Amino acid sequence: MTEGRFIEVIKPGMLTLVQDLGRYGYQQFGVPVAGAMDQFAAAVANHLVGNARSEAVLEMMMLGPELKFGFAGSIALTGADLSPKINGSPVSMWQTLVVQAGDVLSFGGLKSGLRGYLAVAGGIDTPLVMSSRSTYTKAALGGFEGRALKAGDQVPVGADVSGVPSVLLAVPAELIPVYTASKTIRIVMGPQDDAFTEAGILTFLDNVYTVTNECDRMGYRLEGPSIEHVKGGDIISDGIAFGAVQVPGHGKPIIMMADRQTTGGYTKIAGVISVDLPLLAQSKPGDQIRFKRVSLEEAHELLKAREDFYSEIPEMAAAMPINLADARTSISQDIISTRLFRLNVAGAVYDVKVEEVRV
Amino acid sequence: MENELRLAPSGDLALVASFGNEISEALNTKVRGLMLALEKVKVDGIVEMTPTYCSLMIHYDPLRIGYEALCGKVRETLGALDDIELPEPMVIEIPTLYGGDYGPDLDYVAKHNGLTVDEVIKIHASGTYRIYMLGFTPGFPYLGGMDDRIATPRLETPRTKIAGGSVGIAGAQTGIYPIDSPGGWQIIGRTPVALYDPLSNEPILLKAGESIRFVPIDQATFDRLSREGRSGTTEGRV
Repeated sequence: MTEGRFIEVIKPGMLTLVQDLGRYGYQQFGVPVAGAMDQFAAAVANHLVGNARSEAVLEMMMLGPELKFGFAGSIALTGADLSPKINGSPVSMWQTLVVQAGDVLSFGGLKSGLRGYLAVAGGIDTPLVMSSRSTYTKAALGGFEGRALKAGDQVPVGADVSGVPSVLLAVPAELIPVYTASKTIRIVMGPQDDAFTEAGILTFLDNVYTVTNECDRMGYRLEGPSIEHVKGGDIISDGIAFGAVQVPGHGKPIIMMADRQTTGGYTKIAGVISVDLPLLAQSKPGDQIRFKRVSLEEAHELLKAREDFYSEIPEMAAAMPINLADARTSISQDIISTRLFRLNVAGAVYDVKVEEVRV
Repeated sequence: MENELRLAPSGDLALVASFGNEISEALNTKVRGLMLALEKVKVDGIVEMTPTYCSLMIHYDPLRIGYEALCGKVRETLGALDDIELPEPMVIEIPTLYGGDYGPDLDYVAKHNGLTVDEVIKIHASGTYRIYMLGFTPGFPYLGGMDDRIATPRLETPRTKIAGGSVGIAGAQTGIYPIDSPGGWQIIGRTPVALYDPLSNEPILLKAGESIRFVPIDQATFDRLSREGRSGTTEGRV
């Protein structure tokens, strides 16, 4: 069978997972939320193909998969630039693309960010488990059989109610996020900022922290000056929110991400604001982070502005009709720099070379 | 008495309401009370809540309710707690086959405490254990109230795989592993009841703020309950 509403996995990529916006309602039972690490990119991809924001997408880390579409329809690629190609020709990201049955999506290599997203009109249609399609691999929960995709998998796609779109959408270039190796991440202090000395809080706010190799969907360990506690980093376990900046006794921050445990016993000095979590989700080992304190009111204003952005996407018609032929422009491959990464993925260690190229 | 309540933001999507900083039934009862009361008054904008030992994390949608408005609702609900009728805490019975292949460390626990195996079972099964919170893995209960007479240190070398349903002791704590996982607890028995079944309508059997009691069973009962699944569970109220 080669045609039907599914995507066939030819090569799985490094870590390709079915994710939606997360599994809510079960944290009280100890079930992690999981969901897309970069919720902005996942949401925009869905909006570009006319899906509800809550539809499941594919999250593809660092080295993308090779996928064959069994049907004709619209798709969108957002998030990290993994050099996407359709039938071997480079295609643009952050816009609606139309594929035909038999088309093959592949990826050349990572140019920026870490996690790319693929939305398909109709949504990835794996079964809902506890009201979500998100994959939480540690408990083999949700997604495609609770695991990362493997070669030979046929990933089901839901019915496309909108059909092939007459107007294709594109996020204007100036509104597409830029993933830099050095970034400012805004935080709201608390809930246990009082567990740190004044000097400790200044250390946290005035220094640059580096993302270590120990960064995965559960959390990002950072290296940098130790943050001083008043008396130790342990507390009686309480809840952990997405983006909580935990500081255990050793004084180095750990930012809790999508697959975080629901509760934990370390002091949390601050929480990353939701609009900046996507920047963190796109960070790689070696990236440098400076924290900037903002008020809760400011964080909420930024969140409202992001919501307005989502609602404007249906108006972001591509300036010129886009078709695959137009998108198949050649991209020059001048290598600007080369970086090496060592990553732990599901117990296996990968050495990855990333070439930053000039486009 | 109620106003050691402290409210603090955790990021821009969660509020932590904490009642103190100790593990006690009194504080955990307040956590349970606030959560049930907030569920009952149905505050628009609350996404879900995570109860822990002495605090309640309230996940909210700032597009539907502001932080200050939510704090106001929490204080108001807490103030009216005496007037809100809450369900009585439940005691969930956990049928448990002690010892043998399913409880390889039962002999050690007995020896360590200078007790017979039967005495350990009797002490363990006579307690009522409060579920302070669930966490660590889906459905893992943090239980309080174990008798110090059967307290036993963790294994020096943790096992790489402990079967789901295993009942164990770690220091002065007892607990149940909901799913297969590595761990260093002294395993004294196993329950045939699935604490975690992701495809069921009620994926997690236990709930924070309720209590459990272990009921000794024999191999035949274990086998029967294994076949029957969840329907074998008995629940009672105190």
